[in-house]
Amino acid sequence: MNGVHDMGGMHGMGAVQCETDEPVFHSEWEGRVFALNQAMSAWGTWNIDARRYAIEVIPAADYLRMSYYEKWFTRLVELMVRSGQVSRLEVESGRAAVGCTRATPALMAAAVPAVIARGSSTERKVAVAASFRVGQMVRARNMHPVGHTRLPRYVRGKVGLVDRDHGVFVFPDTNAEFRGEKPQHVYSVRFAARELWGEQASPRDAVYVDLWDDYLEPA
Amino acid sequence: MDNHEHQAVPSDLTLRVKALESLLVEKGLVDPAALDALIDAYEHKIGPRNGARVVARAWTDGAYKERLLADANAAIAELGFGGSQGENMVVVENGPQVHNLVVCTLCSCYPWPLLGLPPVWYKSAPYRSRAVIDPRGVLREFGLELADDVEVRVWDSTAELRYLVLPERPSGTEGLSEEQLAALVTRDSMVGVAVVTV
Repeated sequence: MNGVHDMGGMHGMGAVQCETDEPVFHSEWEGRVFALNQAMSAWGTWNIDARRYAIEVIPAADYLRMSYYEKWFTRLVELMVRSGQVSRLEVESGRAAVGCTRATPALMAAAVPAVIARGSSTERKVAVAASFRVGQMVRARNMHPVGHTRLPRYVRGKVGLVDRDHGVFVFPDTNAEFRGEKPQHVYSVRFAARELWGEQASPRDAVYVDLWDDYLEPA
Repeated sequence: MDNHEHQAVPSDLTLRVKALESLLVEKGLVDPAALDALIDAYEHKIGPRNGARVVARAWTDGAYKERLLADANAAIAELGFGGSQGENMVVVENGPQVHNLVVCTLCSCYPWPLLGLPPVWYKSAPYRSRAVIDPRGVLREFGLELADDVEVRVWDSTAELRYLVLPERPSGTEGLSEEQLAALVTRDSMVGVAVVTV
């Protein structure tokens, strides 16, 4: 979707503000929200692309106003309500509905180190033919899907060079909507800064963007 | 201050998050001790010191550096790192004529196993919007002025690859041990918004 989350190249966002000796979490609730998101993801009810999409659909004005972990809180509630794990009434009251059966947590404390160490790669070791080869010129498709996509607006229609082939990965556009993994090659595509931004950019600089096969066409 | 009487009224979010946690615990959906373990891991165990060890090893062991640039996952695993949000790592090397900078314009992708959770500025609209269109301007705000003949390569983490910058080893560090070198390596230098100095 052409959402406000797709920020590459936008103006008007101000200067970068750095904080010295920044804590990992600025208050206790931020850490709890982070951990609740991770612990609930262990149920496997949704995937990383659905997680991202649930943040992207936060209305633009709210997206810009909310802090990072406030967005994570909103996203978690939406995903759980949609999956039926909780109801809105339960979230508002903070109490489980009468008569609901108690589950056993998907992630117990003892398993946390192993779960972190294992991670959850979206690379798929399956034989899928690559449509493009390293060294080839490609054009990022000019398309504007209304759902989730990882094709940023600022490269659409632009020509770049396939710098490397990363292998085969789950395709976010379908995975976010649980329409299948559609595994395909992901390439690092090198776009000259001037191809993206015109004469104002340095003639030496480049932006490398990781793009799936379905986002590209021969140039 | 921990004194109860002087505590500010808990924010709305504090209350909402507490209510949500108690609901999920009541329903048996989360183990509160697992939440504690997750927070402890990212507050105390996983952070930029991990990445600094990888960099220092690459600076002192040429064969390791080659492996790191060719197959980052395997080389990083040699030091015992890897996992969540670093399942597919790529390391990009700075040099006298090349400076690398990492961003995620679409969200906040960041190599957690090596750098920990990202700082607020990395996730912020100003950095995400400007790093790709005005990398030199952003670097200037971080106090880094690059010569015109240096090529800036910006890596936008749009897929599941996670990027770590291998900064240049500063001159004057020839006599330092791997451990002493690691102590010089900052988080910002591994994102590419700074260089390592002595």
